[in-house]
Amino acid sequence: MKMERINWFQWSSPQALYPLAGKLIPWFAWWSAVCITAGLYMGLLVAPTDFQQGDSYRIIFVHVPAAWMSMFLYVVMAGWAAVGLGLKARPSFMMAQAIAPTGALFTFLALFTGAFWGKPTWGAWWVWDARLTSELILLFQYAGVMLLHASIDDLRRADRASAVLALVGVVNVPIIYFSVRWWNTLHQGASISMTAAPKMAATMLAAMGIMALGFWLYSAAVTLMRVRSIILERERHASWVQMERVS
Amino acid sequence: MMQMGMTGAVLSLVRRDLLLAWRRRADVATTLFFFVIVASLFPLGVGPEPAVLRTIAPGVLWIAALLSCLLSLGRLFAVDYQDGTLEHMLLAPQPLTALVFGKIAAHWLVAGLPVVALSPLIGLQFGLSGDAIVILSLSLLLGTPTLSLVGSIGAALTLGVRGSNLLSALLVLPLFVPVLIFGAGAVASSESGMGAEGHLSLLGACVVLAIPFAPWATAAALRIAVE
Repeated sequence: MKMERINWFQWSSPQALYPLAGKLIPWFAWWSAVCITAGLYMGLLVAPTDFQQGDSYRIIFVHVPAAWMSMFLYVVMAGWAAVGLGLKARPSFMMAQAIAPTGALFTFLALFTGAFWGKPTWGAWWVWDARLTSELILLFQYAGVMLLHASIDDLRRADRASAVLALVGVVNVPIIYFSVRWWNTLHQGASISMTAAPKMAATMLAAMGIMALGFWLYSAAVTLMRVRSIILERERHASWVQMERVS
Repeated sequence: MMQMGMTGAVLSLVRRDLLLAWRRRADVATTLFFFVIVASLFPLGVGPEPAVLRTIAPGVLWIAALLSCLLSLGRLFAVDYQDGTLEHMLLAPQPLTALVFGKIAAHWLVAGLPVVALSPLIGLQFGLSGDAIVILSLSLLLGTPTLSLVGSIGAALTLGVRGSNLLSALLVLPLFVPVLIFGAGAVASSESGMGAEGHLSLLGACVVLAIPFAPWATAAALRIAVE
């Protein structure tokens, strides 16, 4: 049997990406709703109460998956930026542009839920903990990428300039994380660390994994919706977009 | 006509930029005065308590150095961009990365080195001990080249964009975080008896990492900006 080779480049035009994204969106959206509902149910109702922190720890089921997604989406954004720069493919830049707001949203969500977790456990809304600080700097980097893109009128240049910035940022994120961690241990000594937390029950871990999957599916759905808007906005003069509007 | 080698081209570019800076000494003076004024404002805001000033001095000097570096970064490529010199640099037979490195080196000599030279004086104003001043100056000497190198990426990305100076600051400041931490941390670490070698080595590592990477990214950003 002759294997049909998949031609990945067939979606490398906005015109082909648009209907593909449209087909994928409902799938991602429904499964994300299922996963997030199941994860919240497991996390909030099934998982046992922590004997030290009581029920306040339950924000972990939003906080940790959000923090994972914030970092993961930055890497994915930088990956699309690299593909865009390497192959000069416009849809890659569109994907990078579409991911940035969702990544920033999850970064903000991680910081926000972190503050609500910090208040009952550490007694402060904000601690200059290594993770919190580097997450804050990650938010600044997302803001930088989005603002640079918004400030340049020439779209071609905006795409490529923000792609370079995203790539520079991806090199910098681990350096920032380690420098902040070192700075923190030097200045604060024994602050409460999350790594020393008691071992997690299996249900807790499962709930967190399902939530992370749900967030991932949500990000995919929202990114594809945004990329469709970006395609329509940029290609509004193309004939196929005009046809789409008529039909 | 004989073609210039890569080193010759870089050296002549550095010489040209230094000469231009010398002809416009007011620009260099502005950066330096900015550094001194920012550092002098902190005691006025925080209060003249010597113990407090001694604790915050490394951080204050480092942040002042960081801001004055940002102030001068706007001029790094903007003038060459306006009068067309930059396009010639892009078309030159020598690799753009090397030429960009020359520009950055000149920027550091003009904007970074004077700040390093002036820092002991400000350190004295903040009541730092002799040892602390030596380490602070050393950390600035090792760290300010990284500021010029990383800052050049921001300057190139925002070339000719509306509000480019402010935008460049916004892009570059998060990237300066490691240098700030290691630089200001060197003094605190030596004061606490742990020695500054670790911090200074890490500052050195940052420069070593930035020297090949930053001019390359800057060159890519310049190509995007000019085409």
